[in-house]
Amino acid sequence: MLLIVQIVLVLAVILVSLVLMRGGTNARHLAIRRIMLMIFAVAAVASIFFPNVLTSLASFLGIGRGTDLVLYATIVSFFVFMATTYQRFRHAENALTALSRRIALDEAPKPWAEDRH
Amino acid sequence: MNRTWVVIPMYNEATVVGSVIEGLRPVFPHVVCIDDGSSDGSQDIARAAGAVVVQHPINLGQGAALQTGIEFALQDQMTRNIVTFDADGQHRVVDAAAMVTRLDAGEADIVLGSRFLDDRTQIGPMKRLVLKTAAVQSRLATGMNLTDAHNGLRAMNREVASRIHLTQNRMAHASELVHQIAEIEPRWVEHPVEIIYTDYSKSKGQSLLNSVNILAELFFR
Repeated sequence: MLLIVQIVLVLAVILVSLVLMRGGTNARHLAIRRIMLMIFAVAAVASIFFPNVLTSLASFLGIGRGTDLVLYATIVSFFVFMATTYQRFRHAENALTALSRRIALDEAPKPWAEDRH
Repeated sequence: MNRTWVVIPMYNEATVVGSVIEGLRPVFPHVVCIDDGSSDGSQDIARAAGAVVVQHPINLGQGAALQTGIEFALQDQMTRNIVTFDADGQHRVVDAAAMVTRLDAGEADIVLGSRFLDDRTQIGPMKRLVLKTAAVQSRLATGMNLTDAHNGLRAMNREVASRIHLTQNRMAHASELVHQIAEIEPRWVEHPVEIIYTDYSKSKGQSLLNSVNILAELFFR
């Protein structure tokens, strides 16, 4: 059972990362990220008031302790964070490249302009 | 020869770029160096040697420099051909001239240099293996039967050049270029070129470890 949960988690990590990496920064992906964040926050608050709920959910999944479940969730959210940050970084880099290229080309001497005189 | 711009991406190449440009200019009077933020005075040396210097305000990488150079050359309405050439002196001017001759003869729209079509190039077994693997990978991915996918010496006509849009700033641009050529579907040929491995170009060139970076950048784009 533990192995199955682990495999499911690994698949979830890969799948979510790929979707978010490929998907870009459109509204749907933003919504998905916000929903995931809200679920995470609600679960965190719930675990403060009802620590046993988390443990029983964990044992239902066959993981054992609630802490382990939180750890796995943290790993997944960390990977999602990494993937989205990478994506944003790529977009920022593309914008910076376009800007730098514009400056470079605008400032460059244009020898062919002299040919016409 | 129709007007040809030679595009040279340049990053801290002060010791060699002058002689590279001086070697090119008798054959190719139009040489543009894309300076990618050099801090060793390469810009002045390139200008003194007779090249036009286009200056990136910050360091962006070789792929970005190539794209800037192509766009610069396309601004010249007289441009018919564009040659990409390395700044470290590992390419030969006669090879570039022969490639442009093939373009002008209408034999192809793009001529790609390959160091594996004859036995002039002296190359170590490990490097050969890595380059051959890269060539097989690009063949599987694009269907183009290339023998050398990571050769910086290329000659293309205006039509092909205007349809190339490199977005991989760092090392993966070579693979990206092959992918884009495969989509453009121009008439292409490979041309045997000699790569001159000097101690300098070896020290500047890609180490074998860099193939890890190339793969990672391709996968995570």
